[in-house]
Amino acid sequence: MPREGILVSNPYTRITDEQIQQIHQASLQILVDPGLICFSKKAAEIFHSNGAEVAAVTSADHPHWHIKIPEKLVVEALDSAPKTVKLGARNPDNALIMKGDEPRVFFITGSETNIWLDVDFPTYVKKSDSGVEIKVPEFHPRRATVADLCQSAHVCEHLETLDGYIRTVNIQDEDITEDNKDVNKFFASLNNTTKHFMSGLTKLEQLDNVVRMAELIAGGEEALKENPIISFITCLVKSPLQFVADTTDTFIEICRRGLPTAVSSSPQAGTTAPIKEAGIMAQINAEVLAGVTLGQLVNKGTPMLYGSVPVRARMDTLSDSYGSVETSQYNIDCVQMARFYKMPNYSTSGVCDTKIPGQQASIERLFSDILVTLSGPQFLHCAYGLLDCNAVFCLLQAVLDDAHFQMIKFFLKTPRINQQELEETMKQIREVVETPQKLYIRYIRQVMRSGEISAPYPFEGDGESDDVFALAHQRMNELLAKPVEHIAPDTTAKIFQEIPGLLPRLNVYKEGKQI
Amino acid sequence: MTEGDIIARLKENVIQGRKTQQDEGIDEKLSGTPGVVELTRLALEKKISLEEIINTLTAGMRVVGEKYSSKEYFIPDMLASAEAVGEAMDILKPILEAAKVETKGKFAIATVQGDIHDIGKNIVAILLRGAGYEVNDLGTDVPTEKIIDFIKKESPDYLGLSALLTTTMTGMGVVIEALKDNGLRGRVKVLIGGAAVSDEYARKIGADVYCLDGFHAIKVLEEFKESEINTVIKR
Repeated sequence: MPREGILVSNPYTRITDEQIQQIHQASLQILVDPGLICFSKKAAEIFHSNGAEVAAVTSADHPHWHIKIPEKLVVEALDSAPKTVKLGARNPDNALIMKGDEPRVFFITGSETNIWLDVDFPTYVKKSDSGVEIKVPEFHPRRATVADLCQSAHVCEHLETLDGYIRTVNIQDEDITEDNKDVNKFFASLNNTTKHFMSGLTKLEQLDNVVRMAELIAGGEEALKENPIISFITCLVKSPLQFVADTTDTFIEICRRGLPTAVSSSPQAGTTAPIKEAGIMAQINAEVLAGVTLGQLVNKGTPMLYGSVPVRARMDTLSDSYGSVETSQYNIDCVQMARFYKMPNYSTSGVCDTKIPGQQASIERLFSDILVTLSGPQFLHCAYGLLDCNAVFCLLQAVLDDAHFQMIKFFLKTPRINQQELEETMKQIREVVETPQKLYIRYIRQVMRSGEISAPYPFEGDGESDDVFALAHQRMNELLAKPVEHIAPDTTAKIFQEIPGLLPRLNVYKEGKQI
Repeated sequence: MTEGDIIARLKENVIQGRKTQQDEGIDEKLSGTPGVVELTRLALEKKISLEEIINTLTAGMRVVGEKYSSKEYFIPDMLASAEAVGEAMDILKPILEAAKVETKGKFAIATVQGDIHDIGKNIVAILLRGAGYEVNDLGTDVPTEKIIDFIKKESPDYLGLSALLTTTMTGMGVVIEALKDNGLRGRVKVLIGGAAVSDEYARKIGADVYCLDGFHAIKVLEEFKESEINTVIKR
C-alpha cells in the first residue's frame, strides 16, 4: 500500500476558472512571442525537428537559439504527459501515487542548502542573581557535509508526516568533487531513508551512475521502472524564459530514460519576473509548459511533475522572499494551473526569510504551509528545516515542522458526521443531561485513545517556561538514535564495486567507517 | 464468579473507570461485563468484608493515580475512576454507617450566589467522592442562607466554595462573614477555588485555603488531617 498523504476534500482556490483560462492563453502567447532563448543545442534541434520556429544567434559570446513554441506542440505535450505519476521507494509502502486531478498532498523536504545549522544550549547566569540560570539555544552555521546529509535523511525517515525526501544540503566535504558529488549524495540519502528520494544532478556524466545505483537497489532496470525509487528536479528554464544549457541537456537525458522529473521554474517577482501577479503567473506557466513540451517531445509519456517555485523579491535585498504573503499566492495559483492541466504539481511552502528557528520562522512557515496545503498540491516540497530563504538547513527546525504538519494533517481529516454518529452522540446527550454533574467526560476516554482527538503540542514545557527548542532537540536525538533500514549488505557491496567515486566511509558495513 | 474474581475484577474496573455494565471504559474487551457498581453489589451479596472491598477500591485508585502521574492517564480517566468509586461508596454508605465506620470527612460544596458555573465544582466533587469523602453538593447559585443552614444541620468538616467570575467571587467573602456571624467559622474549614480567585484572595477574605483544582484539594485535605493528628499528638 502506498503512502496516503492527506486528501484535501474541498481545496482552497484563489483564482477563477476564467482567470485560469486567461493565464493559459497568455502563456501560450508568451511561448510564441517573445518565445524562449535556448542555450542548449540539443533542445534547439528537438524543437526544430518537431516544427517549432528556431532561429540561431551565432554572433553572441554564447551561441543560442530563439525558439517559438507553437500551441499545437504544447497541447500535444499536455495530452501525452501522464496524469498519474508514481514515485517509488526502497520500502514500497512509502511509494507516492499522485493523480493530477486529485488534491492529495504529500509532504516532502526542501532543497538544497549550503549551510547546516548546529544548535547547542549554553547556560546563562543572571547578572543580578547568580542563582538563576537559563539555557538558551545558540545556532552555529557551517558548511554542510555528507555526514549531515546522512543525518538529515536518517531523521527524515522517522518524521511521521514526511512522505518523501529531497536532498536537504549541498555536500561540501574536502573529498567531494564535481565528479563524485552526485553518486555520494544519492547513496548517502538512499542508504538512510526508505522513502522516495528526489534530487538535482550536478553533472550529466553521473546520470548513468546514479541510475545504475538505483537499479541495483530496486532490483534491476525493469524493477526501477516499476518502482522508481529516485526522481529528479530540473530547473531547465532560467527566468525569464531561457533554456539553460547544462540543466536542459540533463533534463533531456533523464526524460530519455523515462524517470520521473519535476519540471521546475523559480522566477522571482520583481527581478526575473513581473512584480504583478498576472505577469509572474503568465511567465512561470509558460516556462513550465516549455519544459513539459520539451520533455514530451523527447519521450512521449515520460512522467513529470508541474514544478513551481515562484517567489517574490525582498525589497531590501532583492533576494528571494519565501516568507512574503505573495509567495503563497503565486504557489496556490500554480497549484490551480497544474490541476487545470491534470498534471501532478510540485509546489512550495514553508521556507522562511529568517535565519534561525524562532517566532518569525514559525509564523512564516505555518502561514504558507497551511494555505498552500489547503489548495491541494500533490508533491508539496514544504521545506522541512529550511531557513534564510533556502540558504540554511536546520535539523531541529525539521523536527519542529513535523509537529506543524501533524496539526495540518489532523485539521484536514474528513468530517465524521453521519446518521450513526449523530444517533450515538444523541444517546449520550440524553444520558448526560439526566446526571447530576452533566459532564461528558467519561465518553472521552476511548475516543482519546482512538486518534480522533488531536495531540497536544509535543514540545510544550511545564509551567510557564518555553522549552520548545530543548524538547524538539531531545526529540531529534531520539530519532537519530532510532535505527534506519540501510541498503542490504550484498547490494551495498555491489554498489561499491560498480559505482565509481563513492566515499568508503559511507559503507556502513565496513569497519572503521567515519560517519 | 469466585470471591477472588470479584475482587480482581472490581480493581480492574476501577482502573478502567467503568462505573456500570453499560460503560465503555478503555479496554473494549470489558464491554458489557459488570462495572464497579454491579461488582460492589455482588461483593456485598457474597459477604466479602467491607474492609476488603474498600481496600480494593483504594488499590484501584492508587494504580489510577500512578498512571496519571506517569502521563499514561489523563484527567478524564482519573475522573471516570473517581466517579465509579464514588458510586461504590454510595452503595456502601448505609452499611458503613450501620457499622459506625467513619468516612474521611464530610465535605459540602457549592457555587456561590449569582454564579451558575459548575464544571469545576462538579469535577472537584467527583474527585473527592472517589478519594473517600462524603460529598454534599449544594448546587449552583446557592444563597448564603442555604449554606449556613446546611452547616448548622449537617456539620460538615469542610466547605468548598466555587466561583468563576470576578463579579461573583465576592459572594465567598459574604459566606465567610455569615459563618462568623453565626458562630460557625471555627467548625468548618473553608476551601475556595475557581478561575477568578487566588491564594491572595483566600487570605483577603479569611478562607483557610485556595485550591488550584480537585487534585490540589485532595492534597490540602490530607495535609489538614496530618496537621490535626500532629496537634493531637503534641497535646
